Amino acid sequence: MSDATRAEVCVLACAEAWRDAGEVLASPTGVVPTIGARLARASFAPDLLLTDGEALLAAGVWPVGSRPSAIEGWMPYRTVFDLLWSGRRHVMMMPSQIDRYGNANISCIGADYRRPTTQLLGVRGAPGNTVNHPTSYWVPRHTPRAFVSSVDMVSGVGYDSAAAAGPESERFLDLRRVVTGLAVLDFGGPDHAMRLVSVHPGITVEQVEAVTDFALAKDGEVPQTRLPSDEELRLIREVIDPGAAREREVQP
Amino acid sequence: MPDKQMTEDQVVAELRSGMTIGIGGWGSRRKPMSLVRAILRSDLRELTIVSYGGPDVGLLCAAGKVARLVYGFVSLDSIALDPHFRAAREAGAIESIEYDEGMLYWGLYAAACRLPFLPTRAGLGSGVVSTNPALRTVVSPYGGETLLAMPALPLDAALVHLNRADARGNAQYLGPDLYFDDLFCMAAERAYVSCERVLDTEELVANAHPATLRINRSMVRGVVPAPNGAHFTSCAPDYDRDEAFQRAYVEAAGDSERWSAFKASYLDVDEAGYQAAVKATAEPAGARA
Repeated sequence: MSDATRAEVCVLACAEAWRDAGEVLASPTGVVPTIGARLARASFAPDLLLTDGEALLAAGVWPVGSRPSAIEGWMPYRTVFDLLWSGRRHVMMMPSQIDRYGNANISCIGADYRRPTTQLLGVRGAPGNTVNHPTSYWVPRHTPRAFVSSVDMVSGVGYDSAAAAGPESERFLDLRRVVTGLAVLDFGGPDHAMRLVSVHPGITVEQVEAVTDFALAKDGEVPQTRLPSDEELRLIREVIDPGAAREREVQP
Repeated sequence: MPDKQMTEDQVVAELRSGMTIGIGGWGSRRKPMSLVRAILRSDLRELTIVSYGGPDVGLLCAAGKVARLVYGFVSLDSIALDPHFRAAREAGAIESIEYDEGMLYWGLYAAACRLPFLPTRAGLGSGVVSTNPALRTVVSPYGGETLLAMPALPLDAALVHLNRADARGNAQYLGPDLYFDDLFCMAAERAYVSCERVLDTEELVANAHPATLRINRSMVRGVVPAPNGAHFTSCAPDYDRDEAFQRAYVEAAGDSERWSAFKASYLDVDEAGYQAAVKATAEPAGARA
């Protein structure tokens, strides 16, 4: 019986996004995905490339909140765009809104774009990321305000938006998984609709459905999200996140 | 040899209301803040600002200088959102031209190369297109693919802050990332480089690789000696972001009385007054004369 916390289950679920990714740049956003990407490279995805959060490619494994001990390359922002346009990257972003077909919003909330009710960051790199290389999402708070029937500003492109825009936007669109504080989802439903893949320990399918503002696809019985092994827990707790920063990003 | 050294106020005297001004750096990193502060003190208005935005955008919005903002994001890095930018957007006070970060790079590069546009996949299918009816697609004459035509972003002026420069305008970055500062300069009719220290030309490569000299004098009209000029943003390796000051900036923004006090202490004064006020704030009270 594992004593893994919810946050540790989330870390592993994020890490699984990069399983079998090969030699690509893993670009996590947020604490839990950052721990997840480092866990993936330290265990089942050793070929991943990781940055220090700024302009250096870091080798080895190092704790969150500290500097890497070894550098293997230089990756200033301009080079990130060159690389992402080539497709050798898998990003995990943190949207404020996401819908059934994977449209994701980090820009602004409200019906009138000229005068939003809540201004957020702007679209950042989300439009270019999503149409060029694999993309996953991390939503620590799974609520109806986050899982909406339609987003106010399409920052990350979803399957229906790409289909409407034409073949070049669909060509490399590859939305992989959405990890939340409650569950793991993907886009394996009809017409790439969001599908419930697994629920975290102690969470029911009904609980997830109750906080999602659209119908989730399901394939029969929904399993429980995989628990970290003893070795994965050791890496998380002793090597990558000894200060337990992960626990502050996930509500118990 | 022409000496291109100028003061911040001399740079601003060459700018006009209604101009399109590009600002280098990224988020709250290596921003030409002393030049931004000089704009705040001026009577310039109705500006179009092009930026990977940080507190440069927030301060210009707070002062009512911005008519139109061309951007991919506005963030303070260690604090996710800039309060003044948010307030300006939520009041409908500025026109928002929002691009994917890579599209912004492409638009500056197109302007630098004197091209009308560059094709890209970035932006297709996103709100960048649906909120901007001026954007057009282009069909490849080779394979027939339909791509977005990112328009060139020509600038009337570019403002960037580098670590070192010589008096002729050869400028050097010593931190981890040039960001897009060279493209801002090349996309602009006139580029102004502020820097931490002005050195003799031969000193520039005495302790640094020539590859750090990514801005050459053909790209630069003016050089502004501006020690601590990027404050409160970071200017690695010369100094880190002043996190305490940035927090004070954000906290003051939420309250009109506190913002008035912030403005009186730091913005209604010249650059020397700003630097003196910052120094006084950073020192413990007992250490003051």
